[in-house]
Amino acid sequence: MSTWDRFVDTFFNGRVMLKYLPDILHGVVVTIELAVLIVLSGLIAGLALALLRSLAIRPINWLIVFVVDLFRSLPPLVIIVLIYFGPPAAGLSPSGFVSTWLSLALVLMAFAEEIFWAGITSVPKGQWEAARSTGLSFGQTLLAVVLPQALRLTIPPLTNRTIAITKGTALGSVVAVTEILGEASSAVSNSYNPSPLMMGAAAYIVLFLPVVIAARWIETKFAWKR
Amino acid sequence: MIETFLNPEIIGAAWPIVLAGLLNTILLSLIVVPLGLLGGLILAVLATVHHPLVRWPLMAWVDFFRAFPPLVLLVLLFAGLPFAGLELGGFACVAIAFFLNTGAYYGEIFRAGIESVPTGQIEAARSTGLNRLQALAYIVLPQAVRNVLPDLLSNTLEVVKLTSLGSVVAVPELLFQARQAQSLTYSPTPIVVAAIIYFLLLWPLVRLLSRLENRALAGRR
Repeated sequence: MSTWDRFVDTFFNGRVMLKYLPDILHGVVVTIELAVLIVLSGLIAGLALALLRSLAIRPINWLIVFVVDLFRSLPPLVIIVLIYFGPPAAGLSPSGFVSTWLSLALVLMAFAEEIFWAGITSVPKGQWEAARSTGLSFGQTLLAVVLPQALRLTIPPLTNRTIAITKGTALGSVVAVTEILGEASSAVSNSYNPSPLMMGAAAYIVLFLPVVIAARWIETKFAWKR
Repeated sequence: MIETFLNPEIIGAAWPIVLAGLLNTILLSLIVVPLGLLGGLILAVLATVHHPLVRWPLMAWVDFFRAFPPLVLLVLLFAGLPFAGLELGGFACVAIAFFLNTGAYYGEIFRAGIESVPTGQIEAARSTGLNRLQALAYIVLPQAVRNVLPDLLSNTLEVVKLTSLGSVVAVPELLFQARQAQSLTYSPTPIVVAAIIYFLLLWPLVRLLSRLENRALAGRR
């Protein structure tokens, strides 16, 4: 066998790939489920915190800033391990899936709150005053006047951050979540062949590359014209 | 509660292990941050060549690493390469993965910085007799770095946090050491301690960034 044939037989072994394809596909489904849950809950929680912060109630705002800082300073993998191994000692045992979802949603929440909040504060005060003077309530002003302007500004940083955090679903493999990397790793140790890992890598590219390219397009579309 | 999560006895026993991890995390960061900066600088300088044959592969390279989870890259190097007869060890794998992954992110930031410097600056520099590389190094880059300093800091924070991935390939950094201590003591206390250390280490940077970012966005009215 030539070197090339041996390389292909090792890293792109058709028989091994066919055998573990269902596992990898299952991993893809789990990864998508996790990603959708994280993005939805993280962004909604982040927006809710930013709106709560705009009410300007001091003690609540201090708490929000602390929580945001906390989840920006801790590495996501540390949070996942903490949520996975911590509560069992207190009688609660979240699954790896729940730990990963909760951890990454909290991290996304923290980053999203910062970005939404920066967007809200960037809307000039005059906009608030003008809206309130036309008889809109605080809530109406926030939702109908301020947020639409703020959101436009937040879209590019938000998409980038969301992608970076969603890629973190791979961290779930550390706490036994059967997402793509988890499935691929166990297939490698079962077959003693790296082909499943190559399949897993390809699956990530197929899943995330279109998102990255779409983000690039969004970035130029919403770019702030100076 | 305290008994389980912050048990003083266990903290005492685990402290030397966790402390060694902290030192390794700092050491690892001091190695991988410059590596990532170097990778980014190379990409950004290449991006100043506006030839399609350079531009398109470069964009594909950057997008590839933006789409590829760093942990997958790390596992691929650590578990995949030995099958090709190349056993690199956890530390070398971390270094290579960070050079590739964080380099792509730093590269995008440097590129944005370079593009933010007016072309008049380059023309003026060239007209005084500096060559292309000199103009880039002495005139453009210092201004570029200043313009994107908040983004550079923010990415550096992410890189330091990312060093915790080293634990997956047995690099004895803070998280790895804490997990070792956890399995020795059957207690989550060492992990809580590690989390507190990460927070104390990185909180000042997060505070600083939060201020810089708010100012930057508010300035774009």
